[in-house]
Amino acid sequence: MSDGSAARPARPFRVIGTRVPKLDAVEKVTGAVQYLPDLDIPGMVWGKILRTRVPHARITRLDTSRAEALPGVLGVVTGRNVEQRAFGYAKDHFALKGDLVRCIRDEVAAVAAETEEIAAEACGLIEVEYEELPAVFDPEAALRPGAPQIHARFPGNLVNFAYRFTAGDVDRAFREADVVVEGTYRLNYVTTACIGTMAAMAQWDPRGNLTMWSTTQIPFLYQRDLAEALGISGDRIRVIQPPVGGNFGRGLDLYPIDIIAALLARHVQRPVKIVFDREEEFVASPTREPCVFTLRTAARADGRLLARDAQVLIDNGAYVSWGSTTPYVMMTTLAGFYRCPNIRFDTTIVYTNNVYSGSMRGYGNLESTFAVEAQMDDLAERLGLDRLEIRCRNANRPGDVTPQGLRITSCALTECFDAVGRDIQQPVERPLRPGWRRGIGYAGMFHVGGGARVYRSDGCGAIVKLDDFGKVTLITGASEIGQGSETVLAMIVAEELGIPLGRIDVLNNDTALKPWDVGVHASRTTFIAGNAALLAARDVKRQLLELAALQLDEPVEALDVEDGYVYATAAPQRRMGYERVVRAGHFREGGRILIGQAFYDPPTQMLDKDFRGNVSVTYGFAAQAALVEVEEATGKIEVVRVASAHDVGRALNPVGCEGQIEGGIHMGLGYCLTEELRFREGRVLNPGFLDYKLLTAPDMPEVLITLIETVDEAGPFGAKGLGEAGTIPISAAVANAVKDATGVRLTELPMTPERVYRALRQRPS
Amino acid sequence: MAESASDRYPLELTVNGRRIRRDVPGSRTLLELLRGDLRLTGTNLSCDTGDCGACTVLVDARPSTSCLVLALDVDGSEVTTVEGLAARWHARSSARPPALHPVQQSFLDEGGAQCGFCTPGMIMAAAGLLEATPDPTEAEIRAGLEGNLCRCTGYVKIIRAVEVAAKRMRAAGDPGS
Repeated sequence: MSDGSAARPARPFRVIGTRVPKLDAVEKVTGAVQYLPDLDIPGMVWGKILRTRVPHARITRLDTSRAEALPGVLGVVTGRNVEQRAFGYAKDHFALKGDLVRCIRDEVAAVAAETEEIAAEACGLIEVEYEELPAVFDPEAALRPGAPQIHARFPGNLVNFAYRFTAGDVDRAFREADVVVEGTYRLNYVTTACIGTMAAMAQWDPRGNLTMWSTTQIPFLYQRDLAEALGISGDRIRVIQPPVGGNFGRGLDLYPIDIIAALLARHVQRPVKIVFDREEEFVASPTREPCVFTLRTAARADGRLLARDAQVLIDNGAYVSWGSTTPYVMMTTLAGFYRCPNIRFDTTIVYTNNVYSGSMRGYGNLESTFAVEAQMDDLAERLGLDRLEIRCRNANRPGDVTPQGLRITSCALTECFDAVGRDIQQPVERPLRPGWRRGIGYAGMFHVGGGARVYRSDGCGAIVKLDDFGKVTLITGASEIGQGSETVLAMIVAEELGIPLGRIDVLNNDTALKPWDVGVHASRTTFIAGNAALLAARDVKRQLLELAALQLDEPVEALDVEDGYVYATAAPQRRMGYERVVRAGHFREGGRILIGQAFYDPPTQMLDKDFRGNVSVTYGFAAQAALVEVEEATGKIEVVRVASAHDVGRALNPVGCEGQIEGGIHMGLGYCLTEELRFREGRVLNPGFLDYKLLTAPDMPEVLITLIETVDEAGPFGAKGLGEAGTIPISAAVANAVKDATGVRLTELPMTPERVYRALRQRPS
Repeated sequence: MAESASDRYPLELTVNGRRIRRDVPGSRTLLELLRGDLRLTGTNLSCDTGDCGACTVLVDARPSTSCLVLALDVDGSEVTTVEGLAARWHARSSARPPALHPVQQSFLDEGGAQCGFCTPGMIMAAAGLLEATPDPTEAEIRAGLEGNLCRCTGYVKIIRAVEVAAKRMRAAGDPGS
């Protein structure tokens, strides 16, 4: 374990564990915060992207002359007049499609103009003729011989990733099992639906350096990927991340908007800003990947799991982004959530002419957990066991090693189930209405909680600088995307340094200044960036005490810092304000500056070719219970209460923990009940909030949260990752509650009144 | 679609207590006027179809989605945006600058803002609600915020913040509407 682990101060916590408002809350409640759409720079013009009208076609004619002639237009770029390179996870597309379009979000041209309105008008003047090609929108159809081919390089429309994992003797386990349950679960297209849309602004300087203002959440990987796509070196790109109106995984990859902004800016030699409108956001920002999850589970008569056998079919869409890599996480739950010795997991990932998916909060785990937890209930029913009892009987425990080699350290899964089992049973005030049925459902989850080694590095850098006036600046590689990371990182530094939180500033949005970091994903920031900040704070504290030792004429070991003063532990009245110590360093002969630094990269492994390895230092666990009411005559589901218990290691900022869980439940309930991006022939039918229904304030249930502190030895002050946990089990818990209420097992999301009604009608009487 | 001078019409209104006079095109929305002409960027554009509430401002004390309102339609009105909300409170209570409006303060204290993009609209909707209904039930608060979408918070801390703000405003003896 690293030095950053298990920091236990001799004194009680001053900051950690208190309810701290977000550092940027004042800007946010007064409207002073400036998001990317609010930023203008001198000379800036507006970019607008023209997308294809048809999902699969050859472009036979592309004439931009009328657009270019429109007053106010500065220039038009297409795949035919700018140089660009293939990009993306599989390098299977270009930002501007010059020849073939393969899905409805494909970019055909882009205009730069003096106003957004002129840019939009000019897009309408671009003449494009298409020779339509046969298209395929169903992954099963795309696999059939003779199906339209999406990419010549990938025959049979198969994405050439194989996610196959086996452990033990699955066939024998199924033969010898006392009970086997099986099911097929259909999981829908949903999208992050951030309230702030994607945006990019690009500015080149005369030396060929590019500054990008972006909604990315992976600034350093973005820098590398964008440089490759533009054919320049990464050191020429500076990435600035203004505050962003949500992300939830949306910004985990490089997408055409960023490349096009840079190409347009270079073409017209002016700064260019592109902001997606709401329709574009629905059509052209990444989705969660739709999949068909087929699962069998075998168990003994006492409920103990023997084997799982899963096959997942994923609709990749037209190009590869992160959506098709979600089996990494699906597999982890399938092979590791609850103790189960024999595992078979396989995937088929298929190119279609649908839009393509990226990463979205929970990343494969919602899908896998939905299937796994449905079958825990099915097993309980078949075996006549209590639904909480069968879960606790199979629960992961500290010291377990999963078949993939994930090492479970701190783990309070059983305690999480105890908590939600208790909370969900509290009396419900409102009486059950005639024609409605009430039910309770449970589901649990585990997820990486100590980083995730998806890339060769899982590291983050941190610098802590003390200045003349007592200001402490944490310069962290981590990105703030609204989740509250800068607040919790400042709390960690304040606690470790013994300096009031109000003296700490966080700088986190500029690659020219901040140290390297992988990015915001996998619930890693509090754990990874937190450990880096803690180590950097410890480093600068040591330097501070060394300097103070000279001032106070005491040995270093005899000194400590509290409440902003360096003092002698044996004689606390011998003390100096830390800013005086720092200033003395600046103004003395042979002086020094006080800057601490650290790079924390956890002691973990990437999965090997057989998908074995301990990818995270520690794992987060949670359980949720849902109390629902279902109206028999209409199929309407109302979620009355959700109980959510989380093993968080330590709740560094409880208000932040709760906020992540509550927001996660909202997103998970949307996935479960109302949200679905609907398509016909590859076209999005509901690209607006009126038809893509996010839950509103009256829709949200009562939420009862329990934070369980296992104080993980590797986490900063004992904390583990939490950002995605609230989202993951809730759809399974609600489906299990609907089953409890009505006897009907829903296997397709979202559970709209229509689907529930049909299922109720087919129920055997 | 270039606008000529003759397509412009005189507009006079009060924004955050200041008289504004402009000649504006007939198609200009109140949101465009606020964000573009007046550079009041606290009010956010999100859907542009009145479905999400991010652009909510008070027009004569009534919460309105400014993306759907034509600027000329609010000629003569009094418009308050999130930038002017604290001053609106100072004018009607004993609070003095730099105090925030109680709704702003309670959003800050209770964790009602995460990414913050919906926050100005949400706060204006809540402030309008509390001026009209100083002592709302939880159900009334939820209903009052129904037109405002949030993707981060699940509304839990927002609802709590409005409850806290209502209590503080009543304690401060706000005359209400």
